[in-house]
Amino acid sequence: MGNISRRSLLRAGGAIAMLPAGGALVVSFADPTTARAQAAAPPPAGPSPPGGPPPDQLDSWLAVQQDGSVTAFFGKMDPGQGVDVAIRQIVAEELDVAVDRVVIVMGDSERTANQGGASGSTGIERGGITLRYAGAEARRVLLDLASQHLDVPVGALQVRDGVISVIADPASGVTYAALIGDRRFNVAMQWNGIYGNGLVARGRAEPKHPADYRVVGTSVPRTDIPEKVFARHQFVTDIRVPGMLHGRMLRPAVAGSVPTAVDVASIADIPGARVVWKQGGFLGVAAPREWDAIRAARSLKVSWSQVAPPFPGNAALYDHMRAATPITRKEMVKQGDADAAIAGAARVVQAEYEWPFQSHASMGPACAVVDAKADAATMWTGTQKPHFAAIGVARILGLKPAQVRAIWVRGAGSYGRNDAGDASMDAAVMSQALGAPVRVQYMRGEGTGWDPKGPASIHRARAGLDAGGTVVGYSFESRGFSRTDIDTNESNPAHSLAGQLMGVALQPTQEFGVPTEPYLFPAQRRAWETIPPLLDRASPLRTAHLRDPVGPQLGFASESFIDELAHAAGSDPVAFRLAHLTDRRAIAAIRACAERFGWQPLVAGSSLGGGARVTGRGFAYAQRGQTIAALAVEVEVDRATGQVRQRRWVVAHDCGLIINPQGLRLCIEGNIVQGSSRALWEEVTFDQAMVTSQDWAGYPILDVVEAPDAIDIVLLDRPELPPSGAGESAIRPVAAAIGNAIFDATGVRLRRAPFTPERVRQAIGVPT
Amino acid sequence: MSTHIVLDIDGRQHAIEADPDMPLLYALRDDLSFDNPRFGCGLGQCGACTVHVDGTPTRSCLLPVSAVGAAKIVTLAGLGTQDHPHALQSAFIHEQATQCGYCLNGWIMTAAALLRDKPHATEADIRAGLAGVKCRCGAHMSILRAITRATQA
Repeated sequence: MGNISRRSLLRAGGAIAMLPAGGALVVSFADPTTARAQAAAPPPAGPSPPGGPPPDQLDSWLAVQQDGSVTAFFGKMDPGQGVDVAIRQIVAEELDVAVDRVVIVMGDSERTANQGGASGSTGIERGGITLRYAGAEARRVLLDLASQHLDVPVGALQVRDGVISVIADPASGVTYAALIGDRRFNVAMQWNGIYGNGLVARGRAEPKHPADYRVVGTSVPRTDIPEKVFARHQFVTDIRVPGMLHGRMLRPAVAGSVPTAVDVASIADIPGARVVWKQGGFLGVAAPREWDAIRAARSLKVSWSQVAPPFPGNAALYDHMRAATPITRKEMVKQGDADAAIAGAARVVQAEYEWPFQSHASMGPACAVVDAKADAATMWTGTQKPHFAAIGVARILGLKPAQVRAIWVRGAGSYGRNDAGDASMDAAVMSQALGAPVRVQYMRGEGTGWDPKGPASIHRARAGLDAGGTVVGYSFESRGFSRTDIDTNESNPAHSLAGQLMGVALQPTQEFGVPTEPYLFPAQRRAWETIPPLLDRASPLRTAHLRDPVGPQLGFASESFIDELAHAAGSDPVAFRLAHLTDRRAIAAIRACAERFGWQPLVAGSSLGGGARVTGRGFAYAQRGQTIAALAVEVEVDRATGQVRQRRWVVAHDCGLIINPQGLRLCIEGNIVQGSSRALWEEVTFDQAMVTSQDWAGYPILDVVEAPDAIDIVLLDRPELPPSGAGESAIRPVAAAIGNAIFDATGVRLRRAPFTPERVRQAIGVPT
Repeated sequence: MSTHIVLDIDGRQHAIEADPDMPLLYALRDDLSFDNPRFGCGLGQCGACTVHVDGTPTRSCLLPVSAVGAAKIVTLAGLGTQDHPHALQSAFIHEQATQCGYCLNGWIMTAAALLRDKPHATEADIRAGLAGVKCRCGAHMSILRAITRATQA
């Protein structure tokens, strides 16, 4: 950026310089190492982070009000799938109160115990456990109180809708509210000492038997939808606090470049505009009016350091990955001698699959408000992990974790660690520097261009078949970027853009994954290796968890490969899978899906049609934790345009006990539609300098015109099993199901995602 | 450079002082606390900021506030209330449509104009009429069911 006047140049790391009132103010750290020291500080002492109210107290989980309503304190949150409703149902069930009397407080670091936030689809699976125990324990305590109050033994009492009465004398009732309304239980729970997903606290009472459930298993509607529909719902973007400034960030055009000079005079005419520039590269602007902050960010003249463009460009991505030297290799499953078994097989099949970087691209770019004071801070955030986010903000501000309160307010949908974790750090740094509450809302380019990404990967599969078409040896190896360049947990500033821009290097951990479907292959190896990140700090291609982290990649490759094996064996793809499985739930789900679909055994691609549009069917299945999803899809491929139409999906889904069938169905639909978006459209593009997919034109997602014609869902309820997560299981096999259907329709196997029209057209060739 | 601007929103007049180039979205949200139009992209690509301007669904993130003039603006809050809901509002509740709901404004406001002009729109009409409105969570199926339901109200 030329034309910077020398007079107004300021160096980062210098003293605070003030310009005349109404002009701009530049704030810098007097000692830039402060931020580094804070960011690098060790985690707080103790077994685990401070986690809100003490988990070993019943009062930390439930409260009964004088009006008879019950408040449940839930240390996770609901990003829009109705987890809060399911938790209310669980509490209502155990307590025997009407579900509409149960209200829920979620994700407030001061009012709820740290149950780990939204994480790995464990909202019900893990988060519901303690609420269930707490509900049962509260009911027990209330029965004891009623026993004293009514002077009859507990065994002579019954509970209905929050009223305890003598069985023999139903008119004798006393309400929960009368027994304890607005007062504390003061009852201890047995807590396992763990914070986060693993937290369990239980009381003396045994929860109900599922056979007695009346509320659990019913489709209680969400309470947030009327609020949203009637324009009353408050998102985090709607939070305003007195004296608040609006902040916007400045990002470089070349990744890795940092500001070297900032011309404050360039925004002097914008009312109240101020600059926050920190050592290393943190650069933001703030103004009392949001539009002025946006104008200031656009107008501020900045000189950026010259750096070598760090990226290979997405056209060369997979070549780069193949040539890279792995950092870590892990063989997660090793059974027998897979190589020998394959070498000795009657027939060997092998294939490689490729999956690109993908973006959260949340519907709205992240927003956070932080009010940082000398000895305390309050933050409003849409993050999935408010308790951990509070710790991270405390560390970047030099406060103790207990001095920061995170108030979770629903943000635009997130599917893991999206850009929310960066926005709260940016707002915190600016609030501290400016001495005022700061609201940072990112622009679209940051939401799509600078959010943490799902990792790109290559998957190499090999297998040997015997003469009868049975797999005798199987090898599945992935090579990818780690899925955790930055941790999903937001408690360490080193894992934020702000922390890294103030001098803390990326501290990646090496994680990937392997397929988890229990196929019975007598000799097998499932392994992964990770390669170095493309840029060591503040990278727009840094990775973090994106819905079912690496699952869609693995599912695409492994379930496409199963289809290739079935084809090589001359088998129907459903029959081939069943022949290699003994898991009863997997078999039941696959059969239920095939039956509803009307699947007739046939080798894939054996009835190729002519004409401009051809149809095919594909099957794929996934087992994620304890949840099983079997998918069948019929697609129509337009041979001239390469467009893939999803005509019909059937999903059979088993996640144990079902809490709320309608919520579950909607959740599964979201998996399928978002999964098909990722399979058909989504690919982060980048040149050597920067991510170039920065908006919805550059990063297209599935449009409503292309949404499936129908999704038919078979819910397999298993009341005898605990509920397991549904947020991420059905997305895993979506790309494989579509790819398998395209093969069935066209005879062409697509081994690189996404299946954009251009890629499909090129693969199948121009129709004659 | 601030200008005195009067806006007619949901049937009432509101006066603000604002940069004439400022997009209408910021006037609605920041000056007047009509929070429902939402910032999604600032590029007219997603629909989250949609309001009706003299009945036409308009991306308020692109429209300069000074260009509104005397046109009547209707936001989701002005479309209907719990006591007097618009058919789409009832239908979205019935179908439990949308996941996070950040996109919801774009769908309802765009669909409201579509159904006003084409009360018996088919599903194909609805898909075509809503093309370009974004939903990142993938709640398209429930959204389509809700809008279809509203045509039968």
